[in-house]
Amino acid sequence: MIKILAYGILLFWLLAVVLGRLFQLDPNQIDLNAILSTPSQVYWLGNDDLGRSILARLLHGVEVSLLVALSVTAVTMTVGVLIGMLAGFYGGRVDQFLMQVTDVFLAFPGILLAIAFAAVLGPGLLNLMIALSLTGWVSYARLTRGQTLSLRDRQHVLAALSLGASVPRLLGKHILPLLTSVLVVEATYSLASVMIAEASLSFLGLGIQAPNASWGAMLRDGVRYMLVAPHYVLIVGLSLMSLILAINLGGDSLRDRLDVRQEAD
Amino acid sequence: MIKRLISFCTVVFGVLSLTFLLIHLVPGDPVEVMLGESASLADRAVLRAELGLNQSVASQFGLYLSRLAHGDFGLSIHSKTPIVELINTRYPATLKLALLALLIGVGVGVPLGIYAALKAGHWQDLVVTIVSVRLSAMPAFWLGPMLMLIFAVWLGCLPVSGMDSPSSIILPALTLGFGLSAILTRMTRTSLLEVLNDDFIRTARAKGLTERQVILRHALRAALLPIITIVGLQMGSLLAGTVITETIFSWDGIGRLLVESIEKRDYPVTQACVLLVALSYVVVNVLTDLLYRLVDPRIRLGH
Repeated sequence: MIKILAYGILLFWLLAVVLGRLFQLDPNQIDLNAILSTPSQVYWLGNDDLGRSILARLLHGVEVSLLVALSVTAVTMTVGVLIGMLAGFYGGRVDQFLMQVTDVFLAFPGILLAIAFAAVLGPGLLNLMIALSLTGWVSYARLTRGQTLSLRDRQHVLAALSLGASVPRLLGKHILPLLTSVLVVEATYSLASVMIAEASLSFLGLGIQAPNASWGAMLRDGVRYMLVAPHYVLIVGLSLMSLILAINLGGDSLRDRLDVRQEAD
Repeated sequence: MIKRLISFCTVVFGVLSLTFLLIHLVPGDPVEVMLGESASLADRAVLRAELGLNQSVASQFGLYLSRLAHGDFGLSIHSKTPIVELINTRYPATLKLALLALLIGVGVGVPLGIYAALKAGHWQDLVVTIVSVRLSAMPAFWLGPMLMLIFAVWLGCLPVSGMDSPSSIILPALTLGFGLSAILTRMTRTSLLEVLNDDFIRTARAKGLTERQVILRHALRAALLPIITIVGLQMGSLLAGTVITETIFSWDGIGRLLVESIEKRDYPVTQACVLLVALSYVVVNVLTDLLYRLVDPRIRLGH
């Protein structure tokens, strides 16, 4: 029941984005007569402080946010898995050094390090993705390292090793396939957390810049005009809630299906 | 214990190096970025010397460390005041907020968790669990504006933002403490349920203790360990959360100082704030570890 609701919400947003494209809703079209106006027949969800359609900007924002989340997840997963597998497989000094590096990264709580990177790199879409990638690989590295460590001494790996398989072959053909389900589940959650991190940075003014739309930046504008136009912040807030809940519920059901127990590192 | 101490030192050293390197990540010339293109050559030279940027990276790092050891964070480029002074005025506000948030988190989370555990399987348990699992996923920049909308705009019973009245702290502290209380609710419920089936609880009941005594004196004490761990781990997101929460509610703490310094491109201040928050987190983790040993004799005695 809850699962259906989650997939329903995700489907709804997907459909909305497609329809928005189809009807060519323009997120940057300014209507000076409709500044901060409440929902109407023309603008279903009302208008923001520049008279732009909130609906069009929400849909545009989802697209940008998803783009950021997908590319950051792809980069961090590749880098993190590679580092984690090397550390777990070789052990010893290499492992010790790499894990100390991840320890340092983990010493910066939450998105603090991403904020710091974004701050020195300057605002903008590309810099935002770089900042999130620089900090995001750590969790994949830790996860993969732990898994590789326990898989390293499996019979089939030892068999392949004694038959003279090269290290890349061992890692790619004999260990990586066994990591797939864990990584898929981790990726769903990190997709959600990257989207939240992106929105947080954009909320602080460090992420996506105008004219591109971002839910984080919209929420910030909504707070600014909360006293005159409370519908703005409410609409963005409810949209954000529905999407985050749906992604998390979807991730939970995926985890149950793939039967992955969460590793406490 | 010595092993922990060594790893603590390496982490602190790593944190110092990484924050030091931050300023070298600035694309182009950091001095030009900070002062703007219109700055005079003399001003640039002064700042470059002040930051030590005309020396080798190694000696810059040495200078950075020795200054920090003397409690000198350098000068703010924007206001020309020593950064230590800025921190001295801002840090207590953050600490106040974080402590109240911690209090809310523990004060709401633990009792709610006990309640859910005692009602395990009933609808009350289900409601508490679902709400705490789902709402803890919501980020501070969502929760803050929503609380502000409900309590400050619609109900009008609390100030929107600022630090003018004593009740100003309530909304930011709620925003910050909410996630912690949700996680603690879950954790208390789980660990209490595990303990409640143990033999010593049956013994306590058999010797005629009241249910209240059994829960509070025997079960909760045994269930305390995972709770302390979670509180320690969550202090990190609490500290990081201050950046967002303080910005939302215009609370003049370290988090807001960080965001303001970024907007003004005042990198030495940015650097100092990042370092301070990260170090606070590391220290809290060590303290948690010590507390853990104190509470659990098994760990203290090295089993």
